[in-house]
Amino acid sequence: MTDVKPVLRLEDIVKTFPGVRALDGVSFTVMPGEVHALMGENGAGKSTLMKVLGGIHQPDSGAIYVGNTAVVMAGPLEAKAKGIMFIHQELSLARELSVAENIYLGQLPVKGFGRVDWARLAQQTNAILKKLNVGFDAGTRLGDLSIANQQMVEIARALTVDAKAVIFDEPTASLTDAEKVVLFDVIADLKADGVGIIYISHRMEEIFQITDRITVLRDGQYQGTVDTASSTEESVTQMMIGRTLDLSRNASHHELGDVALEVRGLSCGKLYQDVSFQVRRGEVVGFYGLVGAGRTEIAETLFGLRGPSAGQILLDGAEVRLHSPADAIARGISLVPEDRKGQGLVLGMNCRDNMTLPQIDTLKSGPFVAEGAEIAIFDKYRAQLDIRTPGWRQQVGHLSGGNQQKIVIGKWLSMHPKVLIVDEPTRGIDVGSKSEIHKLLRELAAQGYAVMVISSEMPEVLHVSDRIVAMYSGRIMRTFTSDEVTEDNLIQAISGIKSGQAA
Amino acid sequence: MAQGMRSKALKSGAIWGFIVLELIFFSVAGEFLSLSDKEFMDAENMLLLLKQSAPIGIIAMGMTIVMVNGNIDLSVGATFAIAAIVLLDSMTWPIFAGLGDWVIPVAWLLALAVGTALGALNGLIVWKTGIDAFIVTLGAMLAYRGIVFMFNGEQPTSHLNWTLVDIAEAKFLGLATASWFLLIVTFAVWFLMAKTVHGRNAYAIGDNREAAVNAGIRVGPHMMINFAIIGFLAALSAVVFYSESGSVNPNDGMLYELWVITAVVLGGTKIIGGAGSVIGTFGGVIAIQLLRKGLGHIGADTSTVNLVIGLILVAVLILDRQLNMRGKEELKV
Amino acid sequence: MATMSKQQIGSILAKQGILVAFVVFMIAFTIANPKFLTAENVLSVVRSSAILGVMALGVTFVVISGNLDLSVGSMMSFSTIVVLDLHDKIGPALAIPVMFAMTLSLGALIGFLVGYLKLNSLIVTLGMLSAIHGLTLTYSGGKNMDIADKEGTWFGVFGQGTALGLPVPIQIFVVVAALLGLVLAKTSFGRKVYAVGGNGTAATFSGIRRARTVFFCYIISAACVATAGLIQASRSLGSQNTVGQGLELEVLAAVILGGASLLGGSGTILKTVIGVLILGFIKNGLLLMGLQFYVQYVVTSVIIILAVWLDIAAKRGRLWSQIA
Repeated sequence: MTDVKPVLRLEDIVKTFPGVRALDGVSFTVMPGEVHALMGENGAGKSTLMKVLGGIHQPDSGAIYVGNTAVVMAGPLEAKAKGIMFIHQELSLARELSVAENIYLGQLPVKGFGRVDWARLAQQTNAILKKLNVGFDAGTRLGDLSIANQQMVEIARALTVDAKAVIFDEPTASLTDAEKVVLFDVIADLKADGVGIIYISHRMEEIFQITDRITVLRDGQYQGTVDTASSTEESVTQMMIGRTLDLSRNASHHELGDVALEVRGLSCGKLYQDVSFQVRRGEVVGFYGLVGAGRTEIAETLFGLRGPSAGQILLDGAEVRLHSPADAIARGISLVPEDRKGQGLVLGMNCRDNMTLPQIDTLKSGPFVAEGAEIAIFDKYRAQLDIRTPGWRQQVGHLSGGNQQKIVIGKWLSMHPKVLIVDEPTRGIDVGSKSEIHKLLRELAAQGYAVMVISSEMPEVLHVSDRIVAMYSGRIMRTFTSDEVTEDNLIQAISGIKSGQAA
Repeated sequence: MAQGMRSKALKSGAIWGFIVLELIFFSVAGEFLSLSDKEFMDAENMLLLLKQSAPIGIIAMGMTIVMVNGNIDLSVGATFAIAAIVLLDSMTWPIFAGLGDWVIPVAWLLALAVGTALGALNGLIVWKTGIDAFIVTLGAMLAYRGIVFMFNGEQPTSHLNWTLVDIAEAKFLGLATASWFLLIVTFAVWFLMAKTVHGRNAYAIGDNREAAVNAGIRVGPHMMINFAIIGFLAALSAVVFYSESGSVNPNDGMLYELWVITAVVLGGTKIIGGAGSVIGTFGGVIAIQLLRKGLGHIGADTSTVNLVIGLILVAVLILDRQLNMRGKEELKV
Repeated sequence: MATMSKQQIGSILAKQGILVAFVVFMIAFTIANPKFLTAENVLSVVRSSAILGVMALGVTFVVISGNLDLSVGSMMSFSTIVVLDLHDKIGPALAIPVMFAMTLSLGALIGFLVGYLKLNSLIVTLGMLSAIHGLTLTYSGGKNMDIADKEGTWFGVFGQGTALGLPVPIQIFVVVAALLGLVLAKTSFGRKVYAVGGNGTAATFSGIRRARTVFFCYIISAACVATAGLIQASRSLGSQNTVGQGLELEVLAAVILGGASLLGGSGTILKTVIGVLILGFIKNGLLLMGLQFYVQYVVTSVIIILAVWLDIAAKRGRLWSQIA
């Protein structure tokens, strides 16, 4: 390797934002024909590093080399011109345009009078699509494609130029196994052509399947680069979190209460079908499955946001019909949603106002809101949940992810619900707050709440749940008690393999 | 997906279906209600309709670009008035005295240049300050109107050039000058939006601005060009209209922005950008003009026109929403 | 450090920008014309701003909820024409509540369309602007509306009366502002309006009935329009069909000038009142300087753009936009 020149080299990159040192002397090298994983917890600085590389942020100091030349990335166009292609995690596509126009966005082939050269466009696009082995053509309207196919369009973009380096940011988040195989073939082809690949993912099994080296960031700092072949999942996790997270099994030792929530034969169109389960007081039931397995949609139905097409919901044994979140809340169901910033909080409002929002109508003194009572509620849960904020006047938009999540949880605890549904409780939250939130969920169960936890992180589900419901493609495959469950049989269940069928 | 196709077909065809309905309704209703003996769908009447559609129609083409782009322009009525004043007044300026009838193209160019510059100014402010186009052009609407009044107070500005009137009243292949301008502008903007890179980028920016930025499209200058185009078209509309009338009131062009936006939305352009068609806008313009003429034909007054157009605009929105509904399994937020 | 202090100045300017601008204008106008800052002149400015002001109070609710109302101008013409017409037919005591009921039903219609049917408020109220204008013309037959016996009615009290040394329109403006200020800042409804405008999805996820909240914002807006129509009718005792034409944009300008964001979730009644007064004083100041009303158009729009620019520049921490 010594006589081979790196395709891309980042040296001592420092980037600060007001109050945060997002990148603190990070170095990173990609060799031709190498798949190099970039790993780290959320907030470790991966995306900032990629934005620096893409010219969206300018570094405070440090240098970027493409081949042997130091370059200044003035903007996205510059990065592209230098042969560095990004495949974004959040789809960066225009729904109303055709597949071809999306793939060649910003670089449509031109003929006289500024006209788009449609023939050439279609021909080039179809050549790329053929390589990707997908079932749609250049003229298809992008909005008519499934999310997975849209992801393939995003990937196709990287193949339009003679890329020197391609950055894949969580490319498999919405892909099926079959599509993953195609993606990995594409990566192998690029690799064979001598392209350097940066692969960002949280999925250990993929990292160990396809990468050559792994670089780990933590809190904006470079933690080191290791050869994949000589590493283990444990050693990489250790580098990422700095200490070992307590993820021991944690089944309840207390007596479980009555059934608080029961669902019988619940269906919602194509989203999920014939779902039945129970949640007892004092119990944490984990819901595990891939994105699109229907877990979030079940939570949304229980919270009155989606009408079910069939089935019953029973609270304390009595059937209820939930037409709106207001209905659900009035009956004691609460939801900590998946998308904290989009669904959980009004970012422009202060901590207190966010926390008391669902019960604002009941906190009255005369015709007005009883602000004293509001502050009392806020102070109580601030202490109980250890919410770190200068005071209730602080805008929640300025809090860290963990503290924001605690505000959302406090919002519901202050309503004393029967059932607490938590969707992805620790997404985008740092390690320390993560274990605090895990502990909190266990404590809530001990206090007698019926808790539903939806999570895509297996260690988390194993850690907090008394029972685990495994879902695949809109159906419950199996329900495990904490004694029965192993990583293997859980993975089988969420991959659609029925127990006993596995070889 | 089949449902998506059906609703798409319904949407793009809706405006033409509506026009056909209008034609049938007014022809039949006209038999019973009309004061004149003339047929509503008589060729002469339809040609007149095309001509009368021109002032709003030409601006509506520009508005289609700007709205597909994800912006809006409320200042077109005021720009229209300013261009009209420049057109009529510049022909009397002493420095052009020696030009004879050659003053006409000079005046035209001046008016068009002023309109383009005013539009470009809006675009520049939107680009450089990042203020929403709605607010910028709301401000521009007031400011440009103020400039109109500053010019001649509340007095009209008039100048009749008979050569100019002859040109404006001329007919070529049976179509009036104004009609030709409308058709040419429609074709040109259709070509721009459907065939050129600039047009396709306009859709991309309106659809997903971040994606466009990431793809290296320079969004700021792009939007500024579109504002310049709508300014140019507002001025062109004034040039076409006032060459014939020869007199402009300081209140002329008021509420044009509302008519224009109504036509564009009727034609299927999305208010949030990213979707819309020039042909649809043309249909929207014709539909509105047909409605005005038709209601006049059956003896209704202007008040009814306002009422009906307002209600139709709301009805179109409701229809559009119904077509996009996916049933009760949809997330209720 | 130099940039720090520049930033600080910037942020102070932006936070209090509208007040700073207000004070600067007042001083400039006072120097230019000593008559400007007399009690008499100030009262006359406030009185002539009352109609616009009352309407702006209602639109503030709509804008904070994340919507627009472009129909207030033509709705105000409607109220004015209706109350004048009914005055002679059923007497002022009945005419006023009937007019309020009719105006509120228009507000309810818009609130239904925007709140419950979730239609785009810009287009809906644009359509209603046209439709209500048509309705007014149909109602009046296109003629001006006049009260037959202008001397013999007590109806003029709302627009022309004075009580306790203060003109009644000012009193109405102050009372409505105080009332709505309390509703917005102190009641649970007000809190919900901010939540719905700040993040409608999160509000729904917190059990707030978003549609109902938006609906009542339009009801409040319509009630304010009816009040403004009452003052207008009472002041002139006769009116054209187009008396409110164009007011929707002036109203919106006042609300934006006060610092409410068109994206929703921010703004206060006090800020709107300041916005209204600034517009009023500019108009008046320029008039005292012998300038025509149309110069005010230009000045106002420049001020609006600058005010909004400062506001967003402070939020993003730099003057120029990051648009490529």
